[in-house]
Amino acid sequence: MANEKTIANAAVPQTNMMRVIAPLAGWLIPGAGHLIQKRWIRGILIFLSVTIMFFSGLGMQGKVYGFNLGDLLDMLGFIGDFGNGLFYFIARSMDWGQGAIFRATADYGTKFVVCAGLLNFIAAIDAHHIAIGKKQ
Amino acid sequence: MTLNFSHFTAALIFSICASTVFGITQRDNTRAMIRYGLYCLAWFIGGVLVAGWFMWFLKR
Repeated sequence: MANEKTIANAAVPQTNMMRVIAPLAGWLIPGAGHLIQKRWIRGILIFLSVTIMFFSGLGMQGKVYGFNLGDLLDMLGFIGDFGNGLFYFIARSMDWGQGAIFRATADYGTKFVVCAGLLNFIAAIDAHHIAIGKKQ
Repeated sequence: MTLNFSHFTAALIFSICASTVFGITQRDNTRAMIRYGLYCLAWFIGGVLVAGWFMWFLKR
């Protein structure tokens, strides 16, 4: 009985930490929120999906939005791009995604980058749900 | 590096990646995840084909 209580008490701080760390790690590195909770296949699939989308978007000459307070769509574009976590900061620091749009698919590229970020937000929230025990 | 995808290839890559994340995040067990991922993929690709044919008829 006492042993069970000890185990339960020991599990609480880890869960409390994990509910913060998992979504943060998942946002920073796609899939990391699942990987640190030992959901290996889900983590790898999320990493591959977000990474392929993000870099395909950049390869199609898509735009990466910086922080702005201008047009509403530009602000929303920034929020979406920001969801890519570390990839976003790398892209901004390397000046990727700044090219002028010459082709129709470049607009697709911009949407790819935004959607990759939004998918990563969803995955980070899913990692949080796993951490709080709402999902297996 | 510049990638020159056709419209359909771009839509296909988008569909596969989005369906994978939707499947994983929106369902609780592995079997349901796979089913929901395939369901989303079918709707994405079906939607692309229907929209493509609709625009083809619109052009004519």
